[in-house]
Amino acid sequence: MFIDKFNPLEDDMIQVMDENGNIVNPDFCPDVSDEDILTLYKTMRKARAIDSIALSLQRQGRLLTYASNLGQEAAQVGSGYALKKSDWAVPAFRELGMWLIKGWPVEKIFQYWYGNEWGSHFGEEIRLLPIAVPIASQLQHAVGIGMAARFRGDDDVVMAYSGEGGTSQGDFHEALNFAAVFNTPNVFFIQNNHYAISVPLSRQTASRNIATKALGYGMPGVLVDGNDVFAVLAASREAVQYARESGPVLIEAFTFRMGPHTTSDDPTKYRSDEEVRLWQRKDPIMRLEKYLMKENLMTEDAMKSMTESLEQDVMDAYKSIEHTSDTGIEEIFSYHFENLTPQLKEQLEDYQAFLKGASHAE
Amino acid sequence: MPNKINIVQAVQQALQNEMTLDPAVVVYGEDVGVNGGVFRATAGLQKMFGEKRVFDTPLAESAIVGTAVGMAVNGFKPVVEIQFMGFIYPAFNQILSHVARFRNRTRGQRSLPMVIRAPYGGGIRALEHHSESTEALFAHIPGLKVVIPSTPYDAKGLLISAIRDPDPVIFLEPKRIYRAFKQDVPEDAYTLPIGKARVLQEGDDITVVTWGAMVSDVRKAVSQIEDVSAEIIDLRTISPMDRETIVQSVEKTGRILIVHEAAKSFGAGAEIVAVVNEKAFLSLEAPPTRLTGFDTIFPLPRGEKHYIPSPERIRDKIRELAAY
Repeated sequence: MFIDKFNPLEDDMIQVMDENGNIVNPDFCPDVSDEDILTLYKTMRKARAIDSIALSLQRQGRLLTYASNLGQEAAQVGSGYALKKSDWAVPAFRELGMWLIKGWPVEKIFQYWYGNEWGSHFGEEIRLLPIAVPIASQLQHAVGIGMAARFRGDDDVVMAYSGEGGTSQGDFHEALNFAAVFNTPNVFFIQNNHYAISVPLSRQTASRNIATKALGYGMPGVLVDGNDVFAVLAASREAVQYARESGPVLIEAFTFRMGPHTTSDDPTKYRSDEEVRLWQRKDPIMRLEKYLMKENLMTEDAMKSMTESLEQDVMDAYKSIEHTSDTGIEEIFSYHFENLTPQLKEQLEDYQAFLKGASHAE
Repeated sequence: MPNKINIVQAVQQALQNEMTLDPAVVVYGEDVGVNGGVFRATAGLQKMFGEKRVFDTPLAESAIVGTAVGMAVNGFKPVVEIQFMGFIYPAFNQILSHVARFRNRTRGQRSLPMVIRAPYGGGIRALEHHSESTEALFAHIPGLKVVIPSTPYDAKGLLISAIRDPDPVIFLEPKRIYRAFKQDVPEDAYTLPIGKARVLQEGDDITVVTWGAMVSDVRKAVSQIEDVSAEIIDLRTISPMDRETIVQSVEKTGRILIVHEAAKSFGAGAEIVAVVNEKAFLSLEAPPTRLTGFDTIFPLPRGEKHYIPSPERIRDKIRELAAY
């Protein structure tokens, strides 16, 4: 195991595959079959297909505000792939690749961004919490799930996600502190994508890196190249094993948000083209494609046709919810408690009566 | 065998009963384990049920509530203690953004069977931040139930109901009367319905609605008046409020006084006035009226006797309204 020997105060970021798809650090390379590699690639490609279609739908006015994942696919897919089915994942809101690995159906993902609560109803067997918008608040839920697992004696691990901005919140501190004190089976996976909307990393922390923060809580912290799916998978697998056997651990995945914060954001206002171009060369999908071609695992044509077919599937998934997802009035009221309170019942009936009258008037 | 206990003992007994009956119930917070709670509400529980079911946490309210969300998602029924209501605010984001919303935002897939207990209210000559009554903050949040008992019997029955409720309950305990009196209470578990007020005393001239520690003060005030027949309602659940009991009473008496310890403006009393206006307007013979704490910061102990409405003030206000 290398993660508990890693010293984030001194060591450099762990990389397995460089920007040209060369394996530069075979010692850290995870044990993966060709089939694993193709699954990783296909899922990353699928995430990108969803992003590109979602962005174009949003521009056409067919989708509301959307948070793109562009550039972070390796971090998301690599970390999610380290989990077994009964392990939990607790996302923030920019973990599309992981959601796909955990099994959140694409239609449901679209339904959420389309503005319908049913998007977050996807079955008990999928051990994934819904998106959490209030920054870092979800980390505590992950620790609570971990406490439950530990007290019951389950061997399930909980992977919790946040961005680097989330590490500035008090909830980040409280969550890591609780996890360490109760020795819970948690992995805190921090996608350091360098910007919290417009605010750069340097305004979030004066630490050498995010990984060092783990040391203060008494847990290992490791820094990996978040655009290198092999490095992310290797570190995540070790972290998951460590969490299962020993206790909590933090991974900082060094990555970059290539797109805007959401479709409402214009990143040209706060960062240079030069910075973006630098990161384009580190693109996680391009890097894996170079590797696949070198290793003769896939041809360029096969990649192209896979991408086209994924885009078709994604578009079909979107269309399946596009015209079917308006929220019924009763649904707005029915899920606050197991039973409607008299107040809710009265407000619902009052509104229904108004609508009935309104339709007569038309 | 009689089981004569006070409110804080009733809380302890409810926890003990439910922990015995349901292995999913866990109790945690600050000083609740070894120490048994600063008010002794969890006394002896850690010895009885072990450190996995009754335990102390780091000093962090947001995480106490936030981890309870996760424990509830993963099969437990956490009953967490916030040591004083004045310290609940770091957890406000968790309560408002997650505890109250989980069932709705997952369309019923994930409900949160959890209870947040906190002692509230003034009158115990305490330090700063130990005396406020902010039940209205929580009652205003969709998706939460807010319960306040006033007797040992109600405290036990309502807490057991709160623990068995599939949805989150904020359970506020009137610490001024934690040990004020004892009642004979069944030793075994029993439940009382959440959302139901109780008519403590029937009367014809005026309805007095109150809850928590103020119930005793209202009783005292009413006992000082012989020429007015007052009906006393103990609200017991702030949200969802039992409007029916209040409205029925006002239809009979034509007058209503609401007595609460919390600040006046935008308080739970205002909600009751609104309900009476909406539903019993034509029965009214006097303006629905509130007698409450002031819209001031709760004074430190040298001034607190002025803040909480005294039985004498309540008595005078009842007389004033009865003569309107």
